[in-house]
Amino acid sequence: MPIYFLRRVLAAIPVMLVVAVFVFLLLRLTPGDPAAILAGDMATPEQLDRIRETLGLNDPLLVQFFRWIGALLQGDFGTSLISNKPVIDLVADRMWPTIWIAIITLSLSVIIAVPMGVLAAWKQGSWVDHLVMTFSVLGFSVPVFVIGYLLIKLFAIDLRWLPVQGYKAPSKDLAGFAARAVLPALTLASIYIALIARMTRASLLDVLNEDYVRTARAKGLTEARVLFRHALRNAAVPVMTVIGTGFALLISGVVVTESVYNIPGLGRLTVDSIFARDYPVIQALILLTSGVYVLVNLLIDLSYSLLDPRIRY
Amino acid sequence: MTSIWRNLRTGILGATAMALVSALPASAETITAVMHSGLRVMDPVITTAHITRDNAFMVFDTLVALDADFVVQPQMANFEVSEDGLTYTFTLRDGLKWHDGGEVTPADCIASIKRWMQRDGGGQMISDRMESLEATGDKSFTLTLKEPFPYTLQAMAKVSSLALFMMPERIANTPASEAITEMVGSGPFKFVAEEFQPGVKVVYEKFEDYVPAPGPQSWFSGAKEVKVDRVEWVTMPDAQTTMNALINGEIDFMETVPVDLLPLLQGMDEVKSEVLSPLGSVTIGRMNFLHPPFDNPKIRQAALMAMSQEDVLTALIGNPEYFKVCGAIFGCGTPFEFTDGSETLTSGGDIEGAKKLLEEAGYDGTPIVLMQPTDVTTLTAQPIVAAQALRNAGFNVDMQPMDWQTLVTRRASQAAPADGGWNIFFTNWIVPEVSGPLANVMLNGRGDQAWFGWPDDPEIETLRTEFASAADLGTQKAIAQKIQAHVMDNVNYIHLGQYYSPSAWSEALTGVTKAPFPVFWGIEKTEG
Repeated sequence: MPIYFLRRVLAAIPVMLVVAVFVFLLLRLTPGDPAAILAGDMATPEQLDRIRETLGLNDPLLVQFFRWIGALLQGDFGTSLISNKPVIDLVADRMWPTIWIAIITLSLSVIIAVPMGVLAAWKQGSWVDHLVMTFSVLGFSVPVFVIGYLLIKLFAIDLRWLPVQGYKAPSKDLAGFAARAVLPALTLASIYIALIARMTRASLLDVLNEDYVRTARAKGLTEARVLFRHALRNAAVPVMTVIGTGFALLISGVVVTESVYNIPGLGRLTVDSIFARDYPVIQALILLTSGVYVLVNLLIDLSYSLLDPRIRY
Repeated sequence: MTSIWRNLRTGILGATAMALVSALPASAETITAVMHSGLRVMDPVITTAHITRDNAFMVFDTLVALDADFVVQPQMANFEVSEDGLTYTFTLRDGLKWHDGGEVTPADCIASIKRWMQRDGGGQMISDRMESLEATGDKSFTLTLKEPFPYTLQAMAKVSSLALFMMPERIANTPASEAITEMVGSGPFKFVAEEFQPGVKVVYEKFEDYVPAPGPQSWFSGAKEVKVDRVEWVTMPDAQTTMNALINGEIDFMETVPVDLLPLLQGMDEVKSEVLSPLGSVTIGRMNFLHPPFDNPKIRQAALMAMSQEDVLTALIGNPEYFKVCGAIFGCGTPFEFTDGSETLTSGGDIEGAKKLLEEAGYDGTPIVLMQPTDVTTLTAQPIVAAQALRNAGFNVDMQPMDWQTLVTRRASQAAPADGGWNIFFTNWIVPEVSGPLANVMLNGRGDQAWFGWPDDPEIETLRTEFASAADLGTQKAIAQKIQAHVMDNVNYIHLGQYYSPSAWSEALTGVTKAPFPVFWGIEKTEG
């Protein structure tokens, strides 16, 4: 296992390098000029050129690329062209709201969706199954902003139980954090509950037809033990894949939800940086996202062997 | 087990209660405001972005300031102008301090003025005529000109693009092409650097040592008395969310309420809404003078004749209470409000007349590249309405959708439209930015040195020079009227009307005043 782990980590290096080159070139080939947004509407061409020179945007692409990669290898992600702040500080500020919302969303989703999926599989064809499947279809089909606005209308505007928007760091105000995290997490969870419940049901239905489940039942084990001890563990491999990729997706930014609930997360930072052509920030965010995907995929693969002893690395 | 459950239950109830409490409005001493965009660039000299200017008016103060009658008033300094109009002597008020405790000195002001002169059009005009700028005492300094330039004080007092703010000398010595990194001013609010999150949140604290200028507050002049402890600007990308937060009491002030969301506030006693900027904004179309067909004045006239302000404004704003059909290029409600030559624009356009002109001009069907920004809500309607009007008149329109960033990069290109250049685009200005012949950058007629579109127009340059030398308002008005007529005839740009953006605020706020953009001095907050 450690050798496998090391091999996978080493394999990630060329992947990240390709991503770095691709992102760098893509951004430079996209129309747009950070100097123009920095200078505003009234800047003359001469003033724009002076700003470009100061920002190093007039240098040849190769010089710019190696300057960036050189700094990156020393752990320096650069400075935002627009706000003049270190990129690492900008990303660190915005990372925690996104991570917290992702953790709460997925926890909520797993807690609700796995029992729903198990129940639907166990009672296949019954009204319970139909109810779960209807909910899943709805969860997939209704856009998140619609769910978001409906939840805000009900819980924030009409009942006044929760705030409409915002984010507070849990370290500073735990109650404020909790109050503001509930609605965005519920909104996002609506998709993941649908996805995980559906996946759990499908995977469990496959397993429930296996011989060893029939044997377990024949041994006289309780239905709960058969379901949760024998069937669910074996059905968990594809469910883990969904949860893992879901986490990576949530980390890479949920722009609409972050906008509807005014959460200063990575999604909004990404969109703002793209609109401003803030190259160092976009490059750092895409590298970070790629890193998260590589890491999450590795963790998913490693989790397979824990869930299913037949899988060995 | 029972005791564990009891503790757990108590904890959950406590947390819920705290959560509910935290959903209540912020403390009475803090105003939470949502401005028109998030602050990212802090340097008011390096950018013309409005949010950067708004931030600068919180943190920095100005030497002189405009009042609501467009009259220049003393602010940080009293001023005297010599009889020959060549010497301006500024004397700083007593007790002025920077936020770091240092005293404001003439050296600070001189460095600030010199940095501003490198970037601002008005500043450059002063610089071109400047003999010297030097300290003449502990509190005073003198600007000496080579020739009279009556516009000097107006340029120093203008409120936008670029306003002249005073900074400590060490900050003002930053090269004008590099952004400053410190926000230390002498204005009514202190910038709280440790709480600043670019694009997310800006926090200001009352500057206890601020000495308000004498006289009543009027726009950016007079006493800027701060009556709250803190102001927080929070960025919200979604207007509906901002509106909900205002209704729910989570924020106190919303700078720009989309007109289509206004009905949500009707009948609500706890939220007030009103247009705070009495002058509002203008929307315009700008053509490229370098390439066919708009290098031909007759074809530009045909395009102008095809346009109808009412059609554009109806598509852009909708509710006629919030727009004004106005033919004055310097804006309705300003000292230079003249409407000469705008008859077709303000009376629904003249498609038949445009067709005739186009035929006379020998338009050969050259496609017009019309750039259409798709990501700025205040700029999405104009290109669509204008494109249809141009088509109706017989133009061959190639409307190209793009994001605003691509547009601002492309409009700087002087290449032919077919090679990545352009023919026409649309943008908006707040009225103070276009309210005078020198402030309005679209009137610059110096070819390559002019604003995007690059008109080579010696006649307007002569008129602007005459305006700059005009000693009294009467003469200035006469010249401004000539410029209005010339712009309509030469079609330096197409003035598409004036519109007003309502703001909304909680009933807990009193003393919210009218100005071209929101100011937070003079506002009190009480428990609602």
